[in-house]
Amino acid sequence: MKTYYNPDDLKKFGNISEFDKPLADKFFSWYGDVFAEGALTAREKSLIALAVSHAVQCPYCIDAYSEDTLAKGCTEEQMMEAVHVAAAIRGGASLVHATQMMNKAKELSM
Amino acid sequence: MKSLLAQHHELSSTAKQMQLLDDVVQAGLIPSFQEKINEIGHYPLRPGAMEIFQLNMGKMCNQTCKHCHVDAGPDRSEIMSRETMELCLQALAETNIPIVDITGGAPELNSDFRWFVEECRKLGKKVMDRCNLTIILANKKYYDLPQFFAENQVEIVSSLPFYNADRTDRQRGVGVFDTSVKALKMLNEVGYGKENSELILNLVYNPTGAFLSSGQQVLEAQFKKVLLEEHGIEFNNLYAITNMPISRFLEYLVRSGNYESYLEKLVTAFNPSAIAGVMCRNTISIGWDGYIYDCDFNQMLDLKISNSTHQPMHIREFNLDYLNKRDIIISQHCFGCTAGAGSSCGGEVIKTSVEALMPV
Ligand code: SF4
Ligand code: SF4
Repeated sequence: MKTYYNPDDLKKFGNISEFDKPLADKFFSWYGDVFAEGALTAREKSLIALAVSHAVQCPYCIDAYSEDTLAKGCTEEQMMEAVHVAAAIRGGASLVHATQMMNKAKELSM
Repeated sequence: MKSLLAQHHELSSTAKQMQLLDDVVQAGLIPSFQEKINEIGHYPLRPGAMEIFQLNMGKMCNQTCKHCHVDAGPDRSEIMSRETMELCLQALAETNIPIVDITGGAPELNSDFRWFVEECRKLGKKVMDRCNLTIILANKKYYDLPQFFAENQVEIVSSLPFYNADRTDRQRGVGVFDTSVKALKMLNEVGYGKENSELILNLVYNPTGAFLSSGQQVLEAQFKKVLLEEHGIEFNNLYAITNMPISRFLEYLVRSGNYESYLEKLVTAFNPSAIAGVMCRNTISIGWDGYIYDCDFNQMLDLKISNSTHQPMHIREFNLDYLNKRDIIISQHCFGCTAGAGSSCGGEVIKTSVEALMPV
């Protein structure tokens, strides 16, 4: 079966350097720094990444950060709450635009 | 749950386990461990100074944890005899190995356990006990174990897979978390794990599935916070260790379809600097029947150290000079010890998942 997403491609992430090494190196170095322990713990960052991966709906990131949050000792409850945060922001972001729709509707209505 | 042996499961055969570990190399999925350490100049793997004399008191256990690399359980009857313990004491008396590390099964189920601990203390050895916690409450006759441990200054190392009941019970059996909490409180009451106390209580964290652990320090902080706030429990250190792809954990990996990807994960997280600290380099492991192994994992795979006449070496022919010169027996399961710092206690998986995705 052919699909657009192949789970094995996740392991090949590093191969993106094949077509442009300098930029890939910069990306990976920056990525590594972003996820290092900082003002936020690596664990908190992993939960944020899990939430964002749902918001951007990247199956590779969902796999990687489901595993990473487990590895960092997050509970299933915490993982699901993170996804709800992403979903609430996505839902809220649509809904807040309703004000524009309401403005326009009012503008056009007698 | 029954042990693999009682189920007559094909993976109760160590030959079958070894074959599975070799199959992935033959299929080209992973390199062999030998090849990997040869690349960095560590083959053959050689011992350093011997510090820990570990002995397995038997495979009998009151629990049947899903990840058990011993395949221990109530249905296992293998147990170390007093005669073998006496031979161990003789070997200990002849050497200056400072630490005796007692494991099982549940070592306390051996009726000579207390006698052996006291004899080791008379020899001036420090004693560590791998206590599964629930044994303390399994029967009235074990209720005073905390006092016994304290009197003999035994260091306690206890597995607690997670700081909540759900994940702990999934790995170790229903009710194990609550009973472990009670046992930890009993240990705290006699002074274990308390600040400024010399009675050391360390916990061991194993991932409850086909993933590695990451961030031992952060995990320790979480465990400490939750166990103290919710249960009033204190302990010293948390050791995050990797589940070895052998015995019951191997059976789980195969059954759940995670076997190959788990081994790939271990290989990807291979940390060359962990080699120096793998426990076979400072430990010797004695089986319940007195045979000598490089480590507890080799023991469970029946990889016996050979004597000078190429026969399996028994404790009655213990010879430290000979052992110090030996080559350590290795195979693919050793990737479990070198992913991060693995099973050598105090190990931490160093790479983050993103780094692990990058080409090495
Ligand atoms: S992991 Fe430990 S407590 Fe669990 S069955 Fe094995 S020996 Fe017993
Ligand atoms: S399993 Fe670990 S401790 Fe045992 S021989 Fe291999 S590297 Fe050494």
